[in-house]
Amino acid sequence: MEKFLLKNIENPNSADIAEYIKTGGYKALSKALELKPSDIIDEVKRSGLRGRGGAGFPTGMKWAFAAADSKKPKFILCNADEGEPGTFKDRPILEKNPHLLIEGMIISGYALQAEYGYIYLRGEYPEAKDILEDAIKQAHDKGYLGDDVLGKGIRFYLHVHQGAGAYICGEETALIESLEGRRGQPRIKPPFPVNEGFLSKPTVVNNVETLANIPYIMEIGAEAYSKLGSPDCPGPKLYSVSGHVKMPGVYELPMGTTLREIIYTHCGGIRDGKKLKAVIPGGISTPILPPEKIDCPMDFVSMPKHGSMLGSGAVIVFDETVDLVKVCLRAMKFFEHESCGKCTPCREGVGWLRAIIERIYNGSGTEKDIDLLLEVSKNITGKTFCPLGDGAAGVVQGFIKDFRHEFEQHISKQVKAAA
Amino acid sequence: MLNERVVIEINRIKSKYHDAQSSLLPALYVVQREYGWLSPDAVAAVGDVLNVPRTTVKGVATFYSMFRHKPMGRHLIQLCTNVACMIMGAERLVDILKTRYGLEPNSTTDDGRFSLVVMECIGACATAPAMLVDTDFYDNLTEERIADILENYK
Ligand SMILES: Cc1cc2nc3c(=O)[nH]c(=O)nc-3n(C[C@H](O)[C@H](O)[C@H](O)COP(=O)(O)O)c2cc1C
Ligand code: SF4
Repeated sequence: MEKFLLKNIENPNSADIAEYIKTGGYKALSKALELKPSDIIDEVKRSGLRGRGGAGFPTGMKWAFAAADSKKPKFILCNADEGEPGTFKDRPILEKNPHLLIEGMIISGYALQAEYGYIYLRGEYPEAKDILEDAIKQAHDKGYLGDDVLGKGIRFYLHVHQGAGAYICGEETALIESLEGRRGQPRIKPPFPVNEGFLSKPTVVNNVETLANIPYIMEIGAEAYSKLGSPDCPGPKLYSVSGHVKMPGVYELPMGTTLREIIYTHCGGIRDGKKLKAVIPGGISTPILPPEKIDCPMDFVSMPKHGSMLGSGAVIVFDETVDLVKVCLRAMKFFEHESCGKCTPCREGVGWLRAIIERIYNGSGTEKDIDLLLEVSKNITGKTFCPLGDGAAGVVQGFIKDFRHEFEQHISKQVKAAA
Repeated sequence: MLNERVVIEINRIKSKYHDAQSSLLPALYVVQREYGWLSPDAVAAVGDVLNVPRTTVKGVATFYSMFRHKPMGRHLIQLCTNVACMIMGAERLVDILKTRYGLEPNSTTDDGRFSLVVMECIGACATAPAMLVDTDFYDNLTEERIADILENYK
């Protein structure tokens, strides 16, 4: 498949505006500015684009909600927090193809009649900050940003806002709280950000990859775009693959490529002649899958039918040597550390999950502990303020569903040692 | 408490935002870059410059894991230990920093040369294990490579 999101990134100067323009960059913006804002929103709706941040919400619909709200000013926020462990797909766009994101944001700003955009960038990407700020300056000097975009009398300003190491700030309402200079704790929904977001004004929050798809839709048209990838989830998708494959990396493939194709066709299979033991398909918050289930298409609609989720498309591959109880423990330490502390089931419950898994791992668990894990996780599911707590509970349930025997082995080893 | 340059920089940042409190995170970064950490006095002074209550600033500063509340060594090592790095040997690297430099997570070497913070994912999973030293990024780390790299930080 021809690359769009990662086009030209082998070129060492790909982040430079001259190179970007040479390969057709900013043409989509000129085209978009000939359209009415409402026509752009219709076009995005018809393209079928779904948000790439994890939830898969239809982008055109989100924009239409914000556009329909009469409050002003409006804001467009780019979610570049990329904190989901295993995920590094937005990074090549931010560092190698920043103008694609900037172009997508200017188009979305025009469509929403928003004059200000912010890129909320995770603190762990200091290089990306410099690259984005240089790119914004270049775009400003060329007249794509500023007081009079391309001489059309439109104003659009873009700023980079650096996060400071809090995973929860990837959740859109926590991101807004953080951008307002507060602790990054999620807000109750409704009201949704499209009506009351940044500074209580209509705000669209979109993932980096989502916004990077906008110029493509403008370029080839909604009709052609909607035929790419899966019928219910069209377009190209970035998959970040890590762990025990021969060629880990970020792959731009049609949405709906199966896990098997990703692992064996594109990443060369399992390294060192080992066997596949398990895959986390969409970042650490998505339930782990056994090898029997890797024929599922990786899209937002198919994955839930196979017992997991597409999430951020971050595939972590484990070979036969990995102790999955240890992986589960590390995942739970992550959630415990990143719980924002706002609601009790997550703040306390996730700590308990971690403690129980830790004692199983350390050899002091009992047979009852596995059921206790399931019970505690059931008491978290559906009772938390935001999806972080739910996610943690689902992860534990996923490990036990398909890999209960690994937990049992840790426990029986202990029983044997005591005897 | 804050030097004049820092105050000017904070005020410049403030003018980019629609409201003063939105500039709080960038302002705290400016202070941390200048002094290496956020002392209680500095945190209070940021509140005064932005006209945000001091307790609010303290609450914010302590929420985010990249803000430091004690003095750090000359160089800050931020080493990822999340799952993708863990299965590629990040724990060995933590051990090596301990044996070779006497450096435990969340501590500083006696000579003040290095501080170590163990991180959640830093987005380098394809080339794990990985770390940041100050703002420089290193991946594909091995026992030898980490030692060679750190030799360049005195
Ligand atoms: C705990 C948590 C962490 C999240 N982290 C991110 C993130 O790092 N990047 C991202 O784009 N979306 C993240 N999201 C999803 C956002 O809340 C939001 O749905 C997304 O930014 C919307 O953009 P999209 O419609 O373009 O996908 C996270 C959600 C939750 C609950
Ligand atoms: S579920 Fe966890 S992260 Fe989300 S609001 Fe509750 S405590 Fe915070």
